[in-house]
Amino acid sequence: MTSVDGVPLPAEPRPGQCLRTYLRDHGHHAVKKGCDAGDCGACTVLVDDVPVHSCLYPAVRALGSAVTTAAGVPDEVGERFVAAAGFQCGFCTPGMVTTASAFADRLADPAARARTLQGNLCRCTGYRAIADALDGRANTARHAAGPAVGTPAAAPASARIVRGAELYTLDGPTPDDLAHLVVVRSPHAHARITGIDTAAALAMPGVLAVLTHENVPTTLFSTARHENRLDDPDDTRILDDVVRFHGQRVAAVVGTDPAAAEAGARAVVVSYEPLPAVLDVEAASGSVAIHGDKGPASRIADPARNVVAAIHEGVGDVEAGLAEARSSGGAVVGGTWRTGRVSPSSLETHASRAWVDTDGRVVVRTSTQVPFLVRDELARLLGRERDGVRVYSARVGGGFGSKQELLTEDLTALAALATGRPVQWELTRTESLTATPTRHPMRVSVRVGARPDGSLTALAIDVLSDAGAYGNHSPGVMFHGCHESMALYRCPNKRVDAEAVYTTTPPSGAFRGYGLGQVQFAVESALDDLARELGIDPFDLRRRTAVRPGDDFIASAAPADHPDDLQFGSDGLPECLDLAQQALRQSGDPAPDGPSWRVGEGMAAAMIATIPPRGHRSEASVTVEPDGSYRVRVGTAEFGNGTATVHAQIAATALSARLDRVVVTGADTDGVGVDTGAFGSTGTVVAGTAVARAASALASELRGKAAARLGQGSEECVLGPDGVHGSGGAFVGLADLAGARGEGRHEGSPRSVAFNVHAVRVAVDTATGEVRILRSVHAADAGVVVNPQQCRGQVEGGVAQGIGTALYEEIRLDDAGRVTTRVLRDYHLPQYADVPATQVFFADTVDTLGPFGAKSMSESPYNPVAPAIANAIRDAVGARPRRLPMTRDRVWALCQDV
Amino acid sequence: MDLLTVEALERPRDDDEVRAALPGLGPDRALLGGGTFLFSVPQPHLRGLVDLTAAGWTPITAADDGLTVAATATLARLADLDPAAYPQWPALPLLAGCCEALVGSRKVWHVATVGGNVCLALPAGPMTTLAAALDGVATIWDASGRQRRELVEDLVVGTRRTTLVAGEVLRSIHLPATALRGRTALRKASLAPLGRSAVLIAGRRDPDGAFTLAVTAAVPRPAVLRYESLPTPDRFAADVDALGATHGGWYDDPHGTPEWRHAMSRHLAEEIRAELR
Repeated sequence: MTSVDGVPLPAEPRPGQCLRTYLRDHGHHAVKKGCDAGDCGACTVLVDDVPVHSCLYPAVRALGSAVTTAAGVPDEVGERFVAAAGFQCGFCTPGMVTTASAFADRLADPAARARTLQGNLCRCTGYRAIADALDGRANTARHAAGPAVGTPAAAPASARIVRGAELYTLDGPTPDDLAHLVVVRSPHAHARITGIDTAAALAMPGVLAVLTHENVPTTLFSTARHENRLDDPDDTRILDDVVRFHGQRVAAVVGTDPAAAEAGARAVVVSYEPLPAVLDVEAASGSVAIHGDKGPASRIADPARNVVAAIHEGVGDVEAGLAEARSSGGAVVGGTWRTGRVSPSSLETHASRAWVDTDGRVVVRTSTQVPFLVRDELARLLGRERDGVRVYSARVGGGFGSKQELLTEDLTALAALATGRPVQWELTRTESLTATPTRHPMRVSVRVGARPDGSLTALAIDVLSDAGAYGNHSPGVMFHGCHESMALYRCPNKRVDAEAVYTTTPPSGAFRGYGLGQVQFAVESALDDLARELGIDPFDLRRRTAVRPGDDFIASAAPADHPDDLQFGSDGLPECLDLAQQALRQSGDPAPDGPSWRVGEGMAAAMIATIPPRGHRSEASVTVEPDGSYRVRVGTAEFGNGTATVHAQIAATALSARLDRVVVTGADTDGVGVDTGAFGSTGTVVAGTAVARAASALASELRGKAAARLGQGSEECVLGPDGVHGSGGAFVGLADLAGARGEGRHEGSPRSVAFNVHAVRVAVDTATGEVRILRSVHAADAGVVVNPQQCRGQVEGGVAQGIGTALYEEIRLDDAGRVTTRVLRDYHLPQYADVPATQVFFADTVDTLGPFGAKSMSESPYNPVAPAIANAIRDAVGARPRRLPMTRDRVWALCQDV
Repeated sequence: MDLLTVEALERPRDDDEVRAALPGLGPDRALLGGGTFLFSVPQPHLRGLVDLTAAGWTPITAADDGLTVAATATLARLADLDPAAYPQWPALPLLAGCCEALVGSRKVWHVATVGGNVCLALPAGPMTTLAAALDGVATIWDASGRQRRELVEDLVVGTRRTTLVAGEVLRSIHLPATALRGRTALRKASLAPLGRSAVLIAGRRDPDGAFTLAVTAAVPRPAVLRYESLPTPDRFAADVDALGATHGGWYDDPHGTPEWRHAMSRHLAEEIRAELR
């Protein structure tokens, strides 16, 4: 018999079962599914003290063995991850902990560590904090007294996460009658479905229902979710009779278990009439209309030309500006850059579980960043009132924007309604890589001119963004990507020509940076060329050309034509430039020996608005519980963004409380009235402001109530950690004020700006194309940093994803539009070995708009990384990289042209 | 991942039970080594599995004529073999080196088998590289009780293709002492520091001066160049250049362009030639 963490597991496994599901089926949910293919390590367990990927391990082989999960590892190992803050979303952490416990010696050896951790992927941290955990370094501190804002408090869930006890979407009690959903997917990039025969599937044992385009609502919607649902084109059907990308869902089969659902899915017979595929984004606007059947209500810019959204506007006269640059003896540079199709790849794949409760409400527990927006759209699709649907999430295992989407909840909800049973759909890693949205690949052409002193005379970009098969986030990504990248620089003559176009490829969507990373890669590369032409240091070029307080933010429209609520709540860019430039001068790793290695340096700057435009709302309440503790209710989901920590710190500070007296609950449409969601880096600035206001309101209420009780004026009363102190030693304890409540809101306006500067020194082997990062520094302008450890982690995690985009990651398609990078062995997420230490600096600014002077800092660190590395490669080898990722084969080819 | 169509998993306990299971193998009934590949991608065609890992095969046997590695020996066993215990065989560090070249983690080594890696016949399979560089000979049992031997470099004939037919099982790989007495060098090109091999080349210089080079991952099937003495750089480069044409073309997949694989093969082969000079 198998024993698990010392407890016998008497049940027999199935013949083809892996150890991972055998353990999870019997309630051992410390074992996570990241890839189910032996690449990520989230399911690592010890079998008789030998660490294995339990997803690859035939369960029958564990009979008679002692299996150890994170729940059974000595506490000391996990405590080091707590102390170091060695996680963000925490989904990979139980596997990290089991691995660390089994490989202590190897992991202590610096030469062996990277190889030893090869089978453990973390998408959030960039690994520095994990290294600190392995080294026994403490980065967090228990809050005892004083303001909690500004302290490196540990995440409230830490102790549970490291033992695998924190519940994610599919963890916890499982209903006995839980049914499972499996999707039939399109084998064509573009085809009309001429028939679906579900009879054989429905006749199979255990198959409960088959959903097709014939029996689900035909309402058009967008999987992208925003505060204003009209932001995203309504061009998507739950199940369509036309498929527009290879891998699009065609039918959903619900079975009593995954085997029945999978067998049923294989038995669905679909006939297709192939339509012309449109795989070349450059030719898309002249190709067959992919959404030619859509009308104005879909809000597609030009369906006949496959144009989802477009910008064609400018200020001043770009041609005149370029002429001025030339005539003044300055410089004009230009070029075209291309970015890759990059997968967000949160370790927890998209998943949801839906059921109908006893009141007839549809309840969905889902892995989402936007429970309220999913609730609203789901109600619309199901033809229900909002209060007929409840959506909530447990802790979410990473998102990075990819869960600002409605991707699973529609089918699980419909399946629950169709079968009367709770229904679960957990995407496989291959589904995640092949059929969930990626970063928009973009082609960006830049023209820029400057006078000899570096002052810009013209800046123009021409952007072609590949939307993929559905419009999704394409308008927003295009507008955002073009906005702050252009608005960062002062220049009288600017122009943006941008189009997002449909192709019959997997849809693009929201991903950290929301378009800025792509456009800034091109703009910052072009400015680097400009600096070279002018003989100006690239840091100095930014000092001379970046916007300053008092300037308008102009991307391509005059402020009078385009009123905006964007303001300089603070300006940390000059300090960021100084910090990064000084830090880059310090020595890093030595360059490798050998005649083929070249060394170069590069930098890039980035700006981001602290809140998305057009409204972002949050509502929070804080109450005093019967035991005198505080409970914060807010809509924000915790997905590694650290907002549960930040909101507790903000509330504790406003209430003069100890941090351990504050509990935060979030991400439940039953919890508060409104929450736009955790995207656009709003967790601190929008939801945090709502929490601050709620806590302040409660503090006033507590003083007032205590004053009334004590018969004193409320101005004489002071709120302390345990209650309200009146004059003359009078005191009312918090438990006596239980039930008191404060509420707060924020509507997301006005908005401030945050800045990031990344700089690197690299060595490039011109013989092989290998790029080694010798020194990596990042300066961030986050305003007042609420939690320095967490904010550093957000920066490092963004930088690591930037390194992935710059050097490694690309979803690739074959000539038929089928994704060829279908497992994580073929889609290379940065591993421990790939991510150098980045030294992080924070500008010393106080924002006038954000809570306690804080600004957003989660998306933006990603944005300047790829151009900084590209500029360093250019500096090293004398040739300009123009395409991401800058893989070794491409860099080698680049070096052949020199 | 779960193999949801598998209805039976047999675990033969000795050679006789293994032989008895062989006739039943077919398109829907497959041999299971460690399982690190079979359980990593869906196998909807499979109804049954025959697990070889309970057969009790001695993982590694050392004798005067060389090392015999059971097909079920794990990579961890191979990597942990201490070269210092066999001073007569300078080639032994190549065993751990080839394990290091596997894209799978050290945790995969605990389960993945040498035979499984060879029979999977991926161009980047490092156990194929190892065997090809060391003149490894496979012993293969068939369903009728006979056995045959074949050089591993000939056993692997293309991407996911071997000479094995239904009912055959790779029993072991013999690494002859003549090859183990050589000095070896290993080079890898990959798009990431620890990524899947795009080029994996092992070289061997025997005490009599003979030089052997096994080029894998860069071409669909292993290529072995043999010389009585160290070739000149020009001749050697020309021979490496020719492998694209003779061995199925420079490989093209998400792990590197054919042009780069060709150039890296040339570059790394020359590094090996120089190291073993």
